Amino acid sequence: MIRKFFVITALLFINFLSNAQETTDTVDMADTMRSNGKIYVVVAVILTIFAGIIIYLIRLDKKMTKLEKNQL
Amino acid sequence: MILNETIRNLYFHVCMWFSMMILFTVSVVNAVKYLNKHDLKYDILSKQYATVGIVFGLLGYATGAIWASFTWADPNQTFVASFGAIAKDPKLIGAAIALLIYFAYLVLRGSIPDMDKKARIGAVYNIFAFAFLFPSIWIIPRLLESLHPGGEGNPALNPKDIDARMRMIFYPAILGWTLLGVWITSLKVRMAILNEKKLLHS
Repeated sequence: MIRKFFVITALLFINFLSNAQETTDTVDMADTMRSNGKIYVVVAVILTIFAGIIIYLIRLDKKMTKLEKNQL
Repeated sequence: MILNETIRNLYFHVCMWFSMMILFTVSVVNAVKYLNKHDLKYDILSKQYATVGIVFGLLGYATGAIWASFTWADPNQTFVASFGAIAKDPKLIGAAIALLIYFAYLVLRGSIPDMDKKARIGAVYNIFAFAFLFPSIWIIPRLLESLHPGGEGNPALNPKDIDARMRMIFYPAILGWTLLGVWITSLKVRMAILNEKKLLHS
C-alpha cells in the first residue's frame, strides 16, 4: 500500500522529466505537447483523471469481490 | 505564461479541487454529527468522503503538475532550475500540506484498532484537518505572490477571469465531478457497512 503511494507520487512528477530531456537540437517550445495551442496538455490531463478514477474503481471492485467471497 | 487551449483544463483540474473541497466539507459535517450522536454510520460517511476527497485532491495535483510543466516551466532551462521555480509556489506548497494532513488522517485511523476510539479520534482530527484547509489553501496562497491565478480574488469565481460562456460549462462541470465523487463514496459506504455487519455477526 505504502509502496504503491510512493510509485504514484513518483509518477506525478515524471512529466517534469520530459522537459529536461529536450535537447538543443530541437526548436524550443516546438515539441508535440506545445503544438496546436497546447491542446495535448488538455488531452494528458483528461487521460490522467480518467486513468486515476478507473484504477481507483478497479481497486474498489477487487475489494468488493473479496468481501463477497468471504461472505459465502 | 500563455495558456492557449489549455484553458480547457478549467473543466478538469479546477473542478477536481472544487469537488475535493465539497467532499471534505461533507466529511467534516459528518464528523461533527458523529461527535453529537455517536452513531458509527456518520463515522463511516465521514471517513469515506475524506478518502474520495483525497483521491480528487491527488488527481488535482497530478493534473496541475502536467498543466504547470507546459505553461509555467521554462523549456530553455534545465529540469532542476525550472522545477525549482515552480515548486516554491505558495499555492502548491499549501495544497501539498493540506493533502498531507489528510493522509495523516488515514494513517491515524489505521493505527487505532478499537472501533469507537478510532471513530472519536478520527472525527476530532477530521475537524482539525478541515480547519487547516483555511490557512493552507484559502488564506496564505492569496497573501503571497504566485504564478497560480486567483490571488487577487476568488480563484475561478472571479467574473474577470473567465468568459461567461465558459462559466456556463464550468459550474455544471463542478456539479458533475462532485456527483461522481458522491457516487464513488456511496459505493464505498455501502461496502464499509457490509464489512461492519460482518464484523458484528462473526
